[in-house]
Amino acid sequence: MNKKMITEQLGFWTLRLCVGLVGLILLLILFDIVSKGIGTISWRFLTQPPKNGMTEGGIFPAIVGTFFVTILTAVLAVPLGMGCAIYLNEYADDNIFTRIIRMSIRNLSGVPSIVYGLFGVVLFVQMMRIGTCLLASGLTLGLMTLPWTITASEEALKNVPQSYRDGALALGATKWQAIKTNVLPYSISGMLTGTILGLARAAGETAPILFTGAAFFLPFLPKSLFEQFMALPYHLYIMATQHHAIETVRPIAYATALVLIVLICSMNMFAVVLRYKLRKRKKE
Amino acid sequence: MLKTKIEVKDFNFFYGDQHALKDVNLNICKNKVLGIIGPSGCGKSTFLRNINRMNDTIAGTRASGTMLIDGQNIFAENMDVVELRRRVGMVFQKSNPFPKSIFDNVAYGLRVNGRKDKEYVEHKVEESLKGAALWEEVKDRLQASAFDLSGGQQQRLCIARALAIEPEVLLMDEPASALDPTATAKIEELIQELKKKYTIVIVTHNMQQAARISDYTAFFMLGELVEYNETQKIFTNPEKEITEEYITGRFG
Repeated sequence: MNKKMITEQLGFWTLRLCVGLVGLILLLILFDIVSKGIGTISWRFLTQPPKNGMTEGGIFPAIVGTFFVTILTAVLAVPLGMGCAIYLNEYADDNIFTRIIRMSIRNLSGVPSIVYGLFGVVLFVQMMRIGTCLLASGLTLGLMTLPWTITASEEALKNVPQSYRDGALALGATKWQAIKTNVLPYSISGMLTGTILGLARAAGETAPILFTGAAFFLPFLPKSLFEQFMALPYHLYIMATQHHAIETVRPIAYATALVLIVLICSMNMFAVVLRYKLRKRKKE
Repeated sequence: MLKTKIEVKDFNFFYGDQHALKDVNLNICKNKVLGIIGPSGCGKSTFLRNINRMNDTIAGTRASGTMLIDGQNIFAENMDVVELRRRVGMVFQKSNPFPKSIFDNVAYGLRVNGRKDKEYVEHKVEESLKGAALWEEVKDRLQASAFDLSGGQQQRLCIARALAIEPEVLLMDEPASALDPTATAKIEELIQELKKKYTIVIVTHNMQQAARISDYTAFFMLGELVEYNETQKIFTNPEKEITEEYITGRFG
């Protein structure tokens, strides 16, 4: 009789402990970064390039670089990913061929980012002779993000009840009309959310841009797609491990990490807000 | 003299290897109600969904034989399926309003068929809602979500939606099976009204309903059309014993 209650309580508390532990670890990391980084952050830090062998100054070129490369990633991954997802979920027959494609896409989303980085070097930098530049990095990150975008978009499309499609078709709508007016409006929030989360992940990646376009130090901003750029994650990596005066620049490394985290968190927050807004509109 | 609207000759239908409809022959008369009855899985809905080729959306299906609408083969290669579905409207078993306003639900079919003229759409929406006996209940809240309606109202909304594009034939797949008796009565009354303008094919599990509303009844079993006749004959003096057994509820 009581044994049942004890097991219940035991299980309950074990689960609570799991959540608590994870939360604690996250908080510790955040606290460490915020407390050590916040002191360095200033308006000048955010708006000026590094100075004196990167021991002083700010991280402006890295912020801009990350911003540009993320936009490039989106330009490639969003339309292509959504298009693929719509085709796979709405048009393609369910046969061996499409199943293999789908499985490959799922597997690709688990490929380590360094593999994408090296692939990008071979394909874009060398074979296509684009050189190490913003474009090559954007394309590489785009490739890496595609499987995420496709999978998230497909899930969003799957959530739309079949009856919306059948109902539209039965009223003399063409397949595309049915998709455009009765499927996409109810899946777009999920598609966008998944896409933004994928982009946020791309924005924080180092390996894919390491060999394809990110620069150690540039005193100026890239003026075209074919120039190298600085990026927050790579800058952080250098400041934390590769700099000659590593102790001196430690606060800069922490501040860079903080900026990166804030950037990615705001992207994720944006995704959440967007989903909320679109859901609300859908209900009206 | 009765006019034939749909003529079905030696019609067979397969889901992969499963032979779902076997050599079905029957004529559906214009401006009459054909009730289709039979035990679950007998092919009633499959038959219905072939008339507007909704089964096309299911992979691995195959049809043979002919099904003619006004003499035109529904399964011909040059058949414009989109146009066919405009001519042959459908009301599903589970009411499926779109997550849009009441107005936009009814206007949907008009808009996808290219009727964007505002006045025409408004006029047609009102006419269709009246046709589906829903106008009085919703006229003051056309912009409200269709999901705010009750189950019976939602089903009538789906009927209005189908009427808006002026179909010639109306297919109904157990339209009242999820409704309470009052809502069912309303739908049945509506069907009597609608047959003046449309040819109606209705699948139903409810014997009394088939007897009440249909002019002709087709009894399907295991994919075969067992008996097809005027409703009165089927229910009072069926030719086959098995039909009688089913109707009187001895199995099914």
